[in-house]
Amino acid sequence: MSYLNPGLPKPVPAPDGLDSPFWEAASRDVLMLQRCGTCNEFQWGPEWICHRCHSEDVGFEEVRPVGNVYSYERVWHPVHPALKDQGPYIIVLVELPECSNVRLVGNLMGDPEQSVEIGAPVQAFFEHHRDAEPPFTLVQWEKV
Amino acid sequence: MSRTVRGKVAVVGIGETEYYKRGEAPDAEFKLALKAILAACEDAGISPKRVDGFASFSNDRSDPSHLAAALGVDDLRFANMQWGGGGGGGSGAIANAAAAVATGMAECVVVFRALAQGQFGRFGQGPQRDVIAGDGAHTVPFGLMSPAQSFAMKVTRFMHDHGVEQNALRAISLASYHHAQNNPRAVMHGRPLDEEKYDNSRWIVEPFHLFDCCLENDGAAAMVLVSAERAGDFPHRPAYILSALSGSHYRAGASVHNTPDYASSTFKTVVPRLYDMAQVKPADVNVLQCYENFTGGVLMSMVEHQFCDPEDCNEFFVKDNLIAPSGKLPTNTSGGNLAECYMHGLGLNIEAVRQIRGQSTNQVDDVDVALVASGPMVTPVSSSIFGTEATL
Repeated sequence: MSYLNPGLPKPVPAPDGLDSPFWEAASRDVLMLQRCGTCNEFQWGPEWICHRCHSEDVGFEEVRPVGNVYSYERVWHPVHPALKDQGPYIIVLVELPECSNVRLVGNLMGDPEQSVEIGAPVQAFFEHHRDAEPPFTLVQWEKV
Repeated sequence: MSRTVRGKVAVVGIGETEYYKRGEAPDAEFKLALKAILAACEDAGISPKRVDGFASFSNDRSDPSHLAAALGVDDLRFANMQWGGGGGGGSGAIANAAAAVATGMAECVVVFRALAQGQFGRFGQGPQRDVIAGDGAHTVPFGLMSPAQSFAMKVTRFMHDHGVEQNALRAISLASYHHAQNNPRAVMHGRPLDEEKYDNSRWIVEPFHLFDCCLENDGAAAMVLVSAERAGDFPHRPAYILSALSGSHYRAGASVHNTPDYASSTFKTVVPRLYDMAQVKPADVNVLQCYENFTGGVLMSMVEHQFCDPEDCNEFFVKDNLIAPSGKLPTNTSGGNLAECYMHGLGLNIEAVRQIRGQSTNQVDDVDVALVASGPMVTPVSSSIFGTEATL
C-alpha cells in the first residue's frame, strides 16, 4: 500500500552513513532516532555531534513511534510528474514529545480531504516498498 | 557609533531589464545581468569601467570576474556572494556591498541579480531523479519538495496560533496587484485582481491560493553603491543606507523542519539590530517593500518587523491599509514579487530607492524612510532601511 503514486525520488541512506540506522530500522517496522549518549537529548535531523553539548557520542535509539500533529498542509498542485493524477494529499509535521520534541515529516494516511487538527495524536505506519529498486520504507502517520 | 554603515553609503544608480514571464527572455542570463548593470550605471551617470566591486546572493551564476572582464572594469576590488537563503540574501548583498564601501575596500560596488529560468530551470518544481539522500530523503518522498510546500507548513502553524484568517493573506495579494496596475513594467500590469477572482482561484497548497504565490520570471536588476561623501555628485537624489544586515535565530537551519521557533519568518533576531542601526522605529517607516515568496511570509515578516501585533492581523491586513498613497503602511508599491516581477526580491530594494527619490509609479507622499524585508522563512534572512538626506 502506497499513499502517494509511485515515481517520486526514492530515499536512500546518505553516502556518509549519517542516517543509515534510521532507514535500516524503518525496514523492520522500528523507529530509531538520534540520541546523545552524554546529555541524553534527542536531535533530528541527524548531526555528527550533539548540538547541545557537542559530544561526538551520538547514536541511534529505538523510540515509541507516537507523536502529535505540529502542523500540516493539504497539497493540491503537483510539482512532480509522478503526482500529476494524484489529487490532493496531506503532509503532516509530527512532534514527538517523548523524544525532546523532535519533528518528522510524513503523510497522514486516510482521506486526503479529511480535516486535520493541530495537536492531534498520531502513530507511525511503516509503508514498505519492498519491490522497489532499491527497496525502502517510509515512516507515515495515522490518527490514533 | 563608528561600527555602523548608517549614513556612510548611498545608492546612486538603479537599473532593470525588461521583465519577462519565465522562459521568455530573449537574452542569455549573463547578458541580462550586463544589461541591468549598464542601465544602473547609466542612471548613475558613470562609466561601467569605474565599477570596482560586485555583490550578489543565492548563488547567482554571473560571476564577478567574468562580469568585470565583459564590462572592461579597470580595477576589481570586491567580489562577494551572500551564502544561502535564496531571496533572503537580497538586503544581505546590499549590506555586504555597503560594508565594503564604508570600510574603503571598494569605491563603487554593484549589487545585482539575474535570472533566466528558461535557460537554467525553474524554482517551483520538485527534483526529478531516481533516488534522493540526505535531508531531502526525509521530505521529498512525502511530496514535500517545492518552496510553497516548505513554507505553507510554517504559515499554517502561525495562522493557527494567532487565529489569522484567509482574508489577511488575500489583502496582501490584492495590494500587490492593485499597485501593479499603475506600473507599466509589471508583468501583471493590465491583469487586475479582485476578491472574487482570488477566492475562486485554485489552491496550490493550503493556505496558499494561486494568487498567494510569487511569479517566476526572467530578467535582471542592479544598483550602484558609493560612499556618502560622493553621493551628491550623481544625477539622482541619493538613497542613503540607514541599515542593512542579515541573520537568523537559534538553529534556524535545523533540517527536516526542526527549527525550535518554527512558525516564524526568521526575522525576530534581525529586526532589533536593524532598527538600532538605522535609529528609526517601526512608526517612522513611510513605505514597506516586503518579500513575497508567499503572502503568508509577508504577514509573518510584518508582524516580526513590529508593524502589527500577531493577535491583530485580521484587522490590520486589509487592502486599504496596504495601498499607496494613503494606506497606513503602503506595501509592495511596485507590485513586488507577486505582480511586478520575481527578481528574487532585488526589485523590492530598487522600488524602495524609487520611493526615496519620489519616482515610484505608486508614490507615497513625503517618503523619508523606506524599509525592505528580504526573503522570509529562509535562513539567513536580511533587511535594509533607506533614507533621504534629511534622515542623516
